[in-house]
Amino acid sequence: MYNKTYVLAGIIIFVALFTTPFWTGIMSGSYQRPAVQLPANEKECVEPVEYMRAEHMQLLNDWRDQALRNEARVYVSSTGKKWEISLQNTCLKCHNNTTEFCDKCHISNSVYPYCWTCHIEPKGKK
Amino acid sequence: MNNSRRTFLKVAGVSAFALTTGVAGAAQAKIIGTYEQGDKALKAKRWAMVIDTRKFTSADDYKPLIDACHKAHNVPAIPGNQEIKWMWLDHYDRVFTDDMNANLPDKFKKGMFPLLCNHCTNPPCVRVCPTGATYKMHDGIIAMDYHRCIGCRFCMAGCPYGARSFNFVDPRKFIADPVPNPEYPTRMIGVVEKCTFCAERLAKGLRPACVEAANGAVMFGDLDDPNSDVRKALAENFSIRRKPSLGTQPGVYYLI
Ligand code: HEC
Ligand code: HEC
Ligand code: HEC
Repeated sequence: MYNKTYVLAGIIIFVALFTTPFWTGIMSGSYQRPAVQLPANEKECVEPVEYMRAEHMQLLNDWRDQALRNEARVYVSSTGKKWEISLQNTCLKCHNNTTEFCDKCHISNSVYPYCWTCHIEPKGKK
Repeated sequence: MNNSRRTFLKVAGVSAFALTTGVAGAAQAKIIGTYEQGDKALKAKRWAMVIDTRKFTSADDYKPLIDACHKAHNVPAIPGNQEIKWMWLDHYDRVFTDDMNANLPDKFKKGMFPLLCNHCTNPPCVRVCPTGATYKMHDGIIAMDYHRCIGCRFCMAGCPYGARSFNFVDPRKFIADPVPNPEYPTRMIGVVEKCTFCAERLAKGLRPACVEAANGAVMFGDLDDPNSDVRKALAENFSIRRKPSLGTQPGVYYLI
């Protein structure tokens, strides 16, 4: 092989640069879970908290299709409790500080749902 | 050649297996609850409205209906040709365009008539919507899923009644702050909106906002039920609908 040293050095530099996102990720320590503000007077969410954490976006998606397309506006949770299907009148009645709850977690996860251009956030935030 | 076709078939076979056996489907959403209609929900096979225009003497009489509707749904008050309207008024010749009679009594020639989405049996807007954002529900309501609207405005071109409005500008700038009804969302720039026969109120057992504000001059009920208010009103009175020759079969009737 011609210019072996240069080629190898080039490859090593390329690989190092290409994998920088992984290196910085490993160096910057473990992911800090954002300290979201949970509802003060409530103990339970509509579903178990682990499920909500992982699936709330799917649940909301399903809620809106069921409410708007099937006229089914009541959700019976896995524990048998009934909830009115509404982002504003159910979720946000408990989670009434979207800045300290939804937004806080979303910003640290780089997700930016566009819901609030239409759905009204509880007051105290504009 | 043969070899690559062979690998292709192998990969295709494995993919089909994964898809059909749910290996790939494992990532799909799991919904652990179930859905139902509320206990108090008003139900019908085919919702319809009968407006008794004889009980309204002037345009002002319709104002409470329009206000109730626009308040309940946070409809912005935008002046000019970018206005948003769920319910509005117009002259007889522009409402009942098929009836071209120049010698009508003044009551009709000069009077104003209320307009809203007709919730047609054969809705042209639904046929032209490319995303399924507007659709007919099992109870005859022509509903809007604002989340799916891409703002192409085909539905506005399709609707022969001008019942749809486009948000050319951010509607929140033209709505009071705080909004009149904090329980209902607003819309955003770039989506089409219209009357939904108050589907969100029916689900809670409430009649549409305009019907409630009309003190009995507007009836609302199941067209498929011979004992409903609307069927009785239609059986006892002469009624007309807008542009019947188009075959859209409007669900809004006018007693004249
Ligand atoms: C009755 C009040 C109530 C309602 C209604 C409610 N939540 Fe919750 N939610 C809670 C409580 C309390 C917790 C914390 C539960 C825990 O820590 O065990 C929670 C937890 C959560 C979490 C997890 C937060 C974390 O700790 O990581 C998410 C996400 C969430 N809710 C989203 C929603 C969404 C979306 C809706 C509407 C579909 C909703 N919630 C409706 C009370 C509610
Ligand atoms: C515990 C952290 C956490 C909390 C609290 C939380 N979310 Fe989320 N949310 C996420 C994550 C993470 C995603 C992205 C998931 C993905 O992309 O797979 C997400 C995604 C979403 C999405 C889908 C966005 C998209 O672009 O696909 C919606 C809608 C949503 N969240 C609504 C809410 C609402 C409403 C609340 C407050 C009631 C809330 N979330 C609270 C973590 C959270
Ligand atoms: C273009 C405006 C608009 C945007 C953006 C929007 N929504 Fe909606 N959404 C509406 C309207 C209007 C309704 C009420 C329709 C009805 O009740 O008949 C609604 C209804 C819903 C419903 C069902 C019933 C209710 O009242 O909550 C859910 C759930 C929902 N939206 C979730 C979401 C989520 C999650 C997002 C963000 C990812 C979102 N929406 C973004 C306009 C919007």
